[in-house]
Amino acid sequence: MGKQLLLENINVPGIETLSVYRANGGYKALEKALKMQQSEVVDEVKKSGLRGRGGAGFPTGMKWGFIAKPEGVPRHLVCNADESEPGTFKDRYLMQHNPHLLIEGMILSSYALGANTSYIYIRGELLYVYHILEKAIQAAYDAGFLGDNILGSGFNLNLYCHLGAGAYICGEETALIESLEGKRGNPRIKPPFPAVSGVWGRPTVVNNVETIAATVPIINMGGEEYAKIGVGKSTGTKLISACGHINNPGVYEIELGLSCEEFLFDDKYCGGIKNGKKFKAVVAGGSSVPILPADLFLKTAKGEPRLMSYESLSDGGFISGTMLGSGGFIVLDETASIVKNLWNFTRFYHHESCGQCSPCREGTGWMEKILNRILEGKGKQTDIDLLFDIQSKIDGKTICPLGEAAAWPVASAIRHFRKEFEEYVNKPEEIVDVKHYYAVNNLQQSAK
Amino acid sequence: MSKEIRFTDETMALVQKMIKRYPEGKHKSALIPMLHLAQMEFDGWLDSPVMDYVASILKIQSIEVYEVASFYSMFNLKPVGKCLIEVCRTGPCWLLGAEDLVKHIEKNLKIKDGETTPDGMFTLKTVECLAACGTAPVIQVGETYHENMTCESVDLLLGEYKIKDARKTHYDIKHISIK
Repeated sequence: MGKQLLLENINVPGIETLSVYRANGGYKALEKALKMQQSEVVDEVKKSGLRGRGGAGFPTGMKWGFIAKPEGVPRHLVCNADESEPGTFKDRYLMQHNPHLLIEGMILSSYALGANTSYIYIRGELLYVYHILEKAIQAAYDAGFLGDNILGSGFNLNLYCHLGAGAYICGEETALIESLEGKRGNPRIKPPFPAVSGVWGRPTVVNNVETIAATVPIINMGGEEYAKIGVGKSTGTKLISACGHINNPGVYEIELGLSCEEFLFDDKYCGGIKNGKKFKAVVAGGSSVPILPADLFLKTAKGEPRLMSYESLSDGGFISGTMLGSGGFIVLDETASIVKNLWNFTRFYHHESCGQCSPCREGTGWMEKILNRILEGKGKQTDIDLLFDIQSKIDGKTICPLGEAAAWPVASAIRHFRKEFEEYVNKPEEIVDVKHYYAVNNLQQSAK
Repeated sequence: MSKEIRFTDETMALVQKMIKRYPEGKHKSALIPMLHLAQMEFDGWLDSPVMDYVASILKIQSIEVYEVASFYSMFNLKPVGKCLIEVCRTGPCWLLGAEDLVKHIEKNLKIKDGETTPDGMFTLKTVECLAACGTAPVIQVGETYHENMTCESVDLLLGEYKIKDARKTHYDIKHISIK
């Protein structure tokens, strides 16, 4: 195992309580940060090279640097705990077991940004985690880590949880802001960016749970030390939530730059494919990123070993690469049907499209219909090209990245597994899954 | 709905605290948390008089509540059973057998996805990714996640919930104090 910065104490009994968290070095980073200038805290995060852990990988220090500071206008920090990307369950794991790590990160990040009221937007389904957070926040208030004049520094902060109600799109930061304002989660047109005009028109920074949590070890060890972990511009550690057909599903903290082969096959991590089956494909960073066949996941198109880092996973662009994304790592074995898996994801994006942009609202539905047709054995050869054509007309033509998230899995599945689509189309009687009739009919009925 | 729609005093106090979490004049932000409370207090779903009531407390138009309630999948706009069984149907859960679970529950309860048993006890609903893919397939009942589910464990689960009012035992936003 590499360095464990976020999960180090996750199995310490009672770590969810303030006293045990304190006894294990908790709130030291906050004490340190409050003795620094606000700009110095931002500088440490800049030096660390930390990149947004929610999926986009945008440098956090730079994002913080963009925040507008007009005189007399309050600023806000909002934590994005609306973890809904299929395959991703790292934030839930972290918040459930070590809530104070997030809270400490929220306080010191709010200090760095000069925010006096901050929110944790948590998805509604995670009500039990909401209760864990509320309890931990209360304990932090009681101990003087929240409220007025925190630890005698003169810095005031109120921290609140805000419960969502089931909408994938609210993981997109401007949709999240709309939702926090009590509206439908329709993403906003940018610019203006949230750093200038976010929640209630005020300068706002939205960061993922893991990003905020990572600021704690960064302040503890210093940005430069943190940047020594990892490889190139992929600094530090990343939580990977591994699932699907593997022996050891779970959340792992890896040093960025670990070899993909080691991560998938070593017993310390995924432990190889379940039931002795063959490794077929992987969706390496949450359902939105392009699917990769086994050989291209283990080695790049140039024949170099692939690494778990932002750069290595995207090596070869979308022709032969993918993305690190949110770290939602879904493994498919030889028995999995790529077409069926794609149908499931496409149905998901159709369901979750907010409906603002017609390419996404209509396109995702069309793609679902065509995939239904193929799976039912009524597909035509031209359907495969039609699917590819539709996705290309969604990609890049929508307000928010949900359009791309729906398009990329389709493009990559056809690019790498066209043969499978052709088998469905050419030999339907041999391959058509009876189950699918059931599933589709059922879902259509429930939609009525 | 014949009875008067009104939050209990305890819930009302909580609503007032929730509204104070947002800046003055921005109280509409409390809408989604309030709809959760309303759904819990008024039989697990949002009838239009309930939504009108929420609008009146927040001093906003009813349409502002309807458009939000209809957007988010957790808000039920039709009556549901006392025990809402939510089966994750996305990606990893589907890959690891959620489809079989749905089929099994449908057979067992003699209802289809989205329907409620005639005795008003169970509603089956398939939902999107619950962020528990490592322990797939997952079923959520009230606040509780039931992980690594099989047809056998589903039977046990249904048996357990048959003897208690799941919503009252499990789905309670109020059991925590709000500062």
